[in-house]
Amino acid sequence: MKVTRRDFLVKSSTLVGGLALSSLGIDLSPVIAYAEEMKKIDKVKSARQTTSICCYCAVGCGLIASMDTKTGKIINVEGDPEHPISEGTLCAKGAGTYQTSAANEHRLTKVLYRAPNSDKWQNKSWDWAITEIAKRIKKTRDTGFIEKNSKDQVVNRTENIAHMGSSNVDNEECWLITAMARSMGLVFIDHQARV
Amino acid sequence: MTNHWIDIQHSDVILIQGSNAAENHPISFKWVMRAREKGAKLIHVDPRFTRTSSKADFYAPLRSGTDIAFLGGMIKYILENEKYFKDYVVNYTNAPFLVNDKFEFNDGLFSGYDPGTRKYDKATWTINKDANGIAEKDFTLQNPRCVFQLLKKHYSRYDMETVSKITGTPEKDLQTVYEMYSSTGVPDKAGTVMYALGQTHHTSAVQNIRTLCMVQLLLGNIGICGGGVNAMRGEPNVQGSTDFAILSGYLPGYLAAPRASLPTLEDYVKKNTPKTSDPRSANWWQNYPKYATSLLKAWYGDKATKENDFGYSWVPKLDDGQDANILNMIDNMYEKKIKGLICIAQNPAGSLPNSNKVREGLTNLDWTVHVNIFNNETASFWKGPGMDPKKIKTEVFLLPAAASIEKQGSVANSGRWVQWKYEAAKAPGDCLYTGDIVIRIVSKLKELYKKEKGAFPDPILNLKWDYTDDKGRFDPVKVAKTTNGYFLEDVTIGDKTYKKGDCVPGFANLQADGRTSSGCWISCGSFAQDGTNLMARRKKDDPTGLGLYPQWSWAWPVNRRIIYNRASVDLNGKPYNPKRALLAWVDGKWVGDVPDGPWPPMSDMEKGKYPFIMKPDGVSSLFGPGLADGPFPEHYEPLEGPIEKNPLSSQLKNPVMKIFTGPCDKFSGCDPKYPFVMTTYSSTEHWCSGALTRWQSWLTEAQPQVYVEISEELAQLRGIKNGDKVKVESARGSLPCVAMVTTRLRPFNCGGQTVHLVGMTFNYGWLFPEDCGDTANLLTPTAGDANVGTPEYKAFMVNVTKV
Repeated sequence: MKVTRRDFLVKSSTLVGGLALSSLGIDLSPVIAYAEEMKKIDKVKSARQTTSICCYCAVGCGLIASMDTKTGKIINVEGDPEHPISEGTLCAKGAGTYQTSAANEHRLTKVLYRAPNSDKWQNKSWDWAITEIAKRIKKTRDTGFIEKNSKDQVVNRTENIAHMGSSNVDNEECWLITAMARSMGLVFIDHQARV
Repeated sequence: MTNHWIDIQHSDVILIQGSNAAENHPISFKWVMRAREKGAKLIHVDPRFTRTSSKADFYAPLRSGTDIAFLGGMIKYILENEKYFKDYVVNYTNAPFLVNDKFEFNDGLFSGYDPGTRKYDKATWTINKDANGIAEKDFTLQNPRCVFQLLKKHYSRYDMETVSKITGTPEKDLQTVYEMYSSTGVPDKAGTVMYALGQTHHTSAVQNIRTLCMVQLLLGNIGICGGGVNAMRGEPNVQGSTDFAILSGYLPGYLAAPRASLPTLEDYVKKNTPKTSDPRSANWWQNYPKYATSLLKAWYGDKATKENDFGYSWVPKLDDGQDANILNMIDNMYEKKIKGLICIAQNPAGSLPNSNKVREGLTNLDWTVHVNIFNNETASFWKGPGMDPKKIKTEVFLLPAAASIEKQGSVANSGRWVQWKYEAAKAPGDCLYTGDIVIRIVSKLKELYKKEKGAFPDPILNLKWDYTDDKGRFDPVKVAKTTNGYFLEDVTIGDKTYKKGDCVPGFANLQADGRTSSGCWISCGSFAQDGTNLMARRKKDDPTGLGLYPQWSWAWPVNRRIIYNRASVDLNGKPYNPKRALLAWVDGKWVGDVPDGPWPPMSDMEKGKYPFIMKPDGVSSLFGPGLADGPFPEHYEPLEGPIEKNPLSSQLKNPVMKIFTGPCDKFSGCDPKYPFVMTTYSSTEHWCSGALTRWQSWLTEAQPQVYVEISEELAQLRGIKNGDKVKVESARGSLPCVAMVTTRLRPFNCGGQTVHLVGMTFNYGWLFPEDCGDTANLLTPTAGDANVGTPEYKAFMVNVTKV
C-alpha cells in the first residue's frame, strides 16, 4: 500500500479506522511513519529554540537547537540561517550535532571510578569523587611542592601534577582551569593548542 | 587569523598550503568558492591531491616537510622579479633596517651557534641603533647590510632547480605558483594564505608560518581586506583556550609565564615590557604592567594589594629556560616524575605523538582525573592493548561532562569572533558543566587547606572564587565579566568617570595600580560599561559592505575585525585599494573597521604612528630575531626524512629542534627498513582522535575504520591491492590497517630520487567502534619545533607491507 503525503493528510482523520485495517493484513507502516513525522512537526512547533556554535573546528558555524518542552530533551540541531559565516550550512560533523546530545546512548552519565589494579569501573557520587580527588591533589602537591630551585630562587611550584585540556570547553571554563592550575602551582599545563 | 572567514571572499588569489580546507574546514571553503565566483584564483600546495585540490585553479604537489624550501623559492622570485609592493615594504616592514655587522649565515648555520648546548646565542641578531636609540635605516634598500639585501642574499640559493630537488615539485609548477601568487604584490590586489596543521605539525612549524608571513609582507598583503595570514584552527575554542593560557609558557592574554629570576612584579614587568626610543612607535606592549596587575586583581581580588605585590609571589615560577610543554609533560610522566594528571576533554593516548610512550606514561601515574562527554582511550588506558589491569596501580576518576550544545558560554573562532552560546537542554544524568567540576574541586581544596594546612596554601586560599549563582551552580556570565574586568573603585580617565563595579569598556582603560581587574586583557571590551554582553550580539548591519558585521558577536582586540588594518592605507591615510577600503582617514577621523589605534596617518609627522603597534619598532619584521632557530627561515630536513644530503647546506636537520632520548624515542634516518615518507591528516566525518565522533553512528557509517592511502605506483611495487590488509611500521610502533590504493598520491621526483609518500588519518582508537583499528600516532615521533614544541606529525618514515 502506497500512501502519498496528500493521501495521508486526507486519511489521517480516519486514522483509527485505518488502524483497524492492519488486522486485515494491510501494511500500514508508511501511515505510522507519517504519523510519527507529524508528531515531530508538532514537537518542533512547541519546541524551545536556542542558538549555539558548532563544537568541532574553529570556523564557528551557527546552530539552532530545538528542545522538546515536554521532555526537556534536544530533538533537533540544524544550521542557523541567520549566521553570517555559515549561512545555515553545516558539514557532516556539525549536521550530526544531535548525536552529541542525550540522545546518544554512549554518553557518560555517571561518575566512574577505577580502583588500583582493578579491571572495572564503579559508579560513584559527585560528593565522593570531588572529595577523593581533592585529597589526591593535596597529598601529591604537599609531597612534591618545590619552594626553591637549585639556585635557591623562590619558585613555589608543583611539578608532580600535570594539567591537560581543553580547547573544546567554553572560554569561561578555560579561564577557571587556568586559575585552578596556577593556584595549585602547576607548570606542566598544556592542551590541544600545540597538537 | 589576522582576518576572518567571510573576508576570504575578497581575495584575488588564495594560497592554501598545509590544509585540506574543503574537507577539514568545509564551511570556510564556501567563502573560497565565493571568491572564485568573483574571479579569484585558488592555488593548492599539498602532498596529496584532495577535494581542495580538485576545486583549485592550480595544484602543486609538495613533499611533506619542505614548505620553507617552496616558499623560500617564492621569496627569491618576488625579490628578483621586483614583484614586491615597494611602498609597503619600505614603510611598513623592517626591510630598510641595518643589521649588526657581526650577524652572518654560513652553510646552514646563523652566527652564535653552540653545538654543545644545541642553542644559538642571539647577540649578533640585532638591528643597529643610532645615537638616539632609533633603528638605522636605508630607505633606498641598497645598503648591503640592510634587511632587504640580506634577505635577497639568504634566498638567492633557493633557485627553482634546487627547490624542486627538495620539494619534488616540478620546476614549471613552481614557476606557475610563484607567478600567480606574486601577482598580488600591487596596491589593488589581495592575496590570502590559508593554512592549518599541515604547516604547524612540523619541527619547523614556527618558521614555516614565518615564511608565509614574509611572503605576505613583501606583497603588502597583511592588514588588508582579502589578505592576511590565516590559521584555520581545528578546535571550537582553541583560540580561546590559547587566549586564556591553558599553556605553560603564558598567562592569560599572552603575558609571559613568570620565571625564577624575576622574584618581584617589578622585575617581571621590567623584563617583559618592550621599550622603544622611536617616538613614532606606539609600542602597545608598553601597557604590560596594567595588564599584569589587572590579571592578579582578577585572580586574587581584595587579597592582592600593592603591599603584597598584588600576590605575584603566589604565581608559580618556571626556572629560566625550563620548558614544560606537552612533550616534556609526557616525558616526565614516562620518567615517573609526574604522579597526578588532570585531563579535561582531551585524549592524549590517541592524539599525542608516539602513543606507546604516552600510554606507558599513564601507567606510571598514581591517579588521573578525566572529564569528558564520552569514554576514551586515555580514561580507559588500563584495559587497552597490551595492558594488564592487575599490574596497573593508577586510580582513574572519569567524570561526566555536559556537551557544548548543553552549555551557556562563549567560544572564540579562528577569526577571533567570540560568540555566545546558550544552553539548549540540561545535560543528561549526573553530567555537569566542566566549569562546575573545576569550581567544586577548587572549593574542596580550599576547604582542605583551610582545615589541614599543607604546602604553601596561600595561592589556593587567596584565589577569588565566587563564580556560582544563587543555586550554587557555575555562572558563566560572572566569569565572563571577570575576564573582561571591572573598575574596583571610582576611576576618572580623561573627562570620564567610571563607577566602582562598572565593566571596563576596553583595555585602554586598565590600570597598573590595582584600581581595575581584568582576567584577560584582550577580552576587555567584550562587555559594555553597563554590563551588556557584546558577545551575544546578533545584528547584521554591514556599514563597510565588506562583511565585517561589527555588531555580530564581538572580536578581540576591541572588536577590530582585521588586525594591523592601518597597513591597508598609504602614509596619508588613503586606502591602497579604494574598491575594498577597510579604513580611510576622512575629515580628521578613521572610517571603516576599528583602527589599530586612534592616531592620525603617518604623514602627520608629529602624531602619526607606525601601523604594527605590537612591535617595538612599529613595523613588521622581515628580519625576526626573536626565534630560536634563526632570523630568516632556512630549510632543513625533518627529523626522519628520505634525503641524505640537504642541497642547500651541509646542515641536514634543524640544529635546535626539540628531541628526546628515552628508550621509547627511536628514530630512523635514511633507513631502508623504513623507506616511505608518511603524513597524517583528518577526514570530514571525524574530528581529531575521533574521541567524540567515533561514538556517533551517522559518522562512523561513513568512515568506519583505519586505512592507509598509498599510490598506485607503490601498490604495484609492494604487490598490494586496494582493500588488502597491510601493516604500517615505524621505528616506534606498528599498526595493522586496510590499504586504500589511490591516484590522490603520486611519487615525488626529488632530483632524480623517487620518494613515495603514504598517508593516514589520525581519527581512530582501540576503544570504539570495536575493530576500527588504532591511532596513527603509534607511529609518530616525539620531536618538536625548536620554538614552541609542536610535534612532528606530518613527516616521518615508515614501511608498508602486505600481511
